Amino acid sequence: MKIVILGCGRVGAALASMLSREGHTLTIVDLNDEAFGRLSPTFPQGQTVLGDGTDEDVLRRAGIEQADAFVAATNGDNRNILAAQIARHTFRVPRVLCRIYDPIRQETYNSMGLESISPTIIGAKLFRDALLNPVVRTSSPAHSLAHGTSVPLLPMERDQAGRNQAGGRAQRG
Amino acid sequence: MYILIGGGGQVGYYLTKGLLQQGHEVLLLEKESRRVRQLTEELGTAVARGDACEARVLSDVGAERADLVVAVTGDDEDNLVICQLAKARFKVKRTIARVNNPRNDELFQKLGIDVTISPTRTILHQIEAEIPHHTLVPLLTLTKAGLGLVEVTVPPDSPAAGQTLQALRLPRSANIALIVRGDENITPSGETVIQGEDRIFALVTQDGEEALGNAILTEETAEV
Repeated sequence: MKIVILGCGRVGAALASMLSREGHTLTIVDLNDEAFGRLSPTFPQGQTVLGDGTDEDVLRRAGIEQADAFVAATNGDNRNILAAQIARHTFRVPRVLCRIYDPIRQETYNSMGLESISPTIIGAKLFRDALLNPVVRTSSPAHSLAHGTSVPLLPMERDQAGRNQAGGRAQRG
Repeated sequence: MYILIGGGGQVGYYLTKGLLQQGHEVLLLEKESRRVRQLTEELGTAVARGDACEARVLSDVGAERADLVVAVTGDDEDNLVICQLAKARFKVKRTIARVNNPRNDELFQKLGIDVTISPTRTILHQIEAEIPHHTLVPLLTLTKAGLGLVEVTVPPDSPAAGQTLQALRLPRSANIALIVRGDENITPSGETVIQGEDRIFALVTQDGEEALGNAILTEETAEV
């Protein structure tokens, strides 16, 4: 799939690196040259475009006319909303996704048919789940929340498990 | 009329002042507190602090009762969101957005903004009108009617020079309203013969504009 991502922040860069590794063709646009430093070292050279992603000419340079999908992930809600609507209405990109922090704005634009994701709501839900269902995250039933003192032990256990897993992956790779 | 204005820059300030003088109920929203203090000094209670892009702020100032929402911040994306929220959430009938990138003009209208005002485009047209180039110069856009008033000066080597208007076979969508030749104003008829350096004023649709350009301009000049 040919995908154009707007905004090379933490999310944009991680998403671009991830999708590129999975074999998709990526172009990533940002106003700031230094932002491209966040991309993984394996991200192909020459697939970054410097410029204002709410400008049609810049989007054209990024190959939006041939894109199958467009993701607006700058840290500005309104900037994402404008860019996503340009992608959708001017360039008729088949799949357009947009990040909107403000849950009210997100709900409004979703109802207007603009597919959007609110990290605020998703983040809040993750926190709630972590707070209310902590058992799910512990590996051993021996360390239930009933023992107040067991909490500091948990990171160590998880750390060991994680290291084993990572080791296993490294060998396989 | 209750008019809500988003963005307390120069445009927002003078706009609020003007509308207040005309006797309207106006509320100007500005998000920066320092600017709000300056504005309040001049405009008093017609100014409120808040980001007009936030639905909660719009709700607090009674957006659902607004007859008109005008977004005049310096950022196109903010102006778009203010107007779209006003329409979608508060059912405001009429929204006007300032557009800084002339390219956004058409998009904003497609997205439901009733009126777009592009200072950049206006200045550009003004400058074009001052430069004696042989191109179609848009003078006025009648958005609702889908018509524009354009001016074109006939190049001396125009294929239309020496021809009657009739012979140009212009479509109805390109309606020549006036020809100015030197100091003379000519109300055109089919028999009017066009001459080089005539200034033609025409009411056109988008198609008509193209047809007029093709008939009057030479290949080199028609590119613009």
